[in-house]
Amino acid sequence: MLTVPVETQILFAGILFFLGLIGLLVRRNLVFMLMSIEIMFNSAGLVFIIAARHWDQPDGQVMFIFILAVTAVEVAIGLALILQVYHHFKTLDVDKINKLKD
Amino acid sequence: MPLTTIIALIPALPLLSFLILVFFGGQLSRKIAGWIGAGSVGVSALLTIFVGISFINSLPETKSYSVVIWQWLHAGNLTANIAFSLDSLSLVFIFVITFVGFLIHVYSIGFMAKDEGFTRFFAYMNLFVCSMLILVLADNLLLMYLGWEGVGLCSYLLIGFWYKEPANGAAARKAFIITRIGDAAMIIGIFILFLSFGTFNIQDIMLLASTKWAICSSLAVITAALLLGGALGKSAQLPLQTWLPDAMAGPSPVSALIHAATMVTAGVYLIARTNVLFSLAPIVQTIIAIIGALTLLIAGFSALAQHDLKRILAYSTISQIGYMFLALGIGAYSAAIFHFMVHAFFKALLFLAAGVVILVLNEEHDIFKMGGLRKKMPAVFWTFLIGSASLSALPLVTAGFYSKDAILWFAFSSNSGGIVLWLAGIVGAFLTALYSFRMIFITFFGEVKTEPTFSAGKLMTVPLIILAVLSVIGGFIELPTSMGNFHLFSNLVNNSLPEVAIKNVEHLEWVFQLISALIASTGIYLAYRFYFKKPAFIEAFNHSRLNHFFEKGFGFDKVYDVVFVKPIVWLAEIDKKDIFDQLNISISRLAIWGNHFLSIAQNGKLRWYLLSFAIGIAFILTLMLTK
Repeated sequence: MLTVPVETQILFAGILFFLGLIGLLVRRNLVFMLMSIEIMFNSAGLVFIIAARHWDQPDGQVMFIFILAVTAVEVAIGLALILQVYHHFKTLDVDKINKLKD
Repeated sequence: MPLTTIIALIPALPLLSFLILVFFGGQLSRKIAGWIGAGSVGVSALLTIFVGISFINSLPETKSYSVVIWQWLHAGNLTANIAFSLDSLSLVFIFVITFVGFLIHVYSIGFMAKDEGFTRFFAYMNLFVCSMLILVLADNLLLMYLGWEGVGLCSYLLIGFWYKEPANGAAARKAFIITRIGDAAMIIGIFILFLSFGTFNIQDIMLLASTKWAICSSLAVITAALLLGGALGKSAQLPLQTWLPDAMAGPSPVSALIHAATMVTAGVYLIARTNVLFSLAPIVQTIIAIIGALTLLIAGFSALAQHDLKRILAYSTISQIGYMFLALGIGAYSAAIFHFMVHAFFKALLFLAAGVVILVLNEEHDIFKMGGLRKKMPAVFWTFLIGSASLSALPLVTAGFYSKDAILWFAFSSNSGGIVLWLAGIVGAFLTALYSFRMIFITFFGEVKTEPTFSAGKLMTVPLIILAVLSVIGGFIELPTSMGNFHLFSNLVNNSLPEVAIKNVEHLEWVFQLISALIASTGIYLAYRFYFKKPAFIEAFNHSRLNHFFEKGFGFDKVYDVVFVKPIVWLAEIDKKDIFDQLNISISRLAIWGNHFLSIAQNGKLRWYLLSFAIGIAFILTLMLTK
């Protein structure tokens, strides 16, 4: 069985995280921003799996299940909010939704 | 009820009524509120008469009743009680305050009937009566000062009663600030007395002063001068007289009660009360006499040129208080107090009658726009005529004649009096007769210029009639030695005040009486010639510069404006930009600048926030990793 060194695995998770972050900063559409957040979540979950595999401990996998549940909830709420925002502003461009000041 | 409780009740009732009107005034109907306000003062007046009768019937050994209600302040050797002391001097004052006050309150029910501030008016009036009673009943200087400031406050509130007119507010502030100048001097005087004698009790201070201080000692002179300052401010005497004519902005009953009958004579009371101090400072006493003489002349000339009915009466009040000061200055205390009482009767009457005239003519103050009111409102005309006759000291039949004549006689015959003071007084008497009847002839005679809109009700005319009766018979309780020789009033008052020492000229008294009677009658006759017949030169005089100078009250306001007000405003303008203000302003500028700078960050842009998150996390991670 081909074994990938753990450093490479972590690096992969890191790259995934930064892709998510860059997507979050660059994208202006709220739906894509939500998807970028998902990617960041999953990269964090991946680190848990890697750690579990590395030390042969099941705790990390349990944690991932938790994260999965939280992500599901987050997506549900996030999408509901996005729907409401679209309903209210007729746009999903986050730069135009800047009423939350003063 | 013991007598002491009754004395305590006299000021307590108006206070109670004030509290009721303040807290429950909104729920009460006008009728009830008015009768609570007037009734409380009325009951006080009845109690005063009761106390007065028992005081006169059985004079207490100490010549005064004293009541200690509770201890007010106590710190170290400083004690001040809420304590009253009633002697014959206070008795005269509380009689005038409650009795004339009651009549004015009853009149006010009619006068203020349509005013929206009806209960507020009665609340202030009651508070005033209470403060004034505390002032004259207090047995220590601190409590007296409380009353002194209380009446000042009520005067301020009532001058500015119709506060929606900015000019009224300005008049109220002027009155408050100018009297404050005197009050500052007075409180310093009180402090000196406390430092020297360690007590505030007036009787103790007077006893100690007469034993410890020598005549003409510098401390006595300074203290007397400082107390005189307070008296000058309150009583609108030279050089602090300018507030009183402007104080006429208040409703007429206020002018009658506060600015004629009671508060403005507080200075007279103060000097009479602390007469021992003034006898230790003969220089100050001479100054009082001179100030009185000057004030009565200046105010007399000013009254002659006024157009506003109430301003004539205001200047007349200043002038009559000038007479009282003249009497105080020459040591004729009982004459001063007698004139105070008689003046309260006729001047309250004149103000109330003037109030009716102004009310029914729809707020017309200018006497030259009135005329012919004699037939239109006979009750007001006759009472006003009696008041004016008493003011101008019409011989024999009016109270004003007996009181003013006593002052004029003592101005000449007293040890510290002389021909100059008497001349000032007699010229003043002539002016008084002239301007009083100028008022009568212009307002009530001639053709009708403004039609009255309605006629005054009984609530207003009955107090006028009672005061008119008092303005006539009030004089018969004190008849001069040369006619009648009846000294009921001075015998009473001299229980608490020293008698005037006179030179050996008593046989001449009738000559002086004859002269003053002639002068007053001449004044009235000339007023008839000048203002009824209206010769051409009077018309010319009315447009002359001198008349204008008189009308402006000898230009005191202008001088004060240039000498005091303008420089202070100028200094304040400079002071506004000095280094400390700059420092304070720069702190606020810094805060505003920081606010602008930081609020850039809060722009509502979600991605901007996310970026700052990311930068922050990167920053923290870097810190952790490079440790």
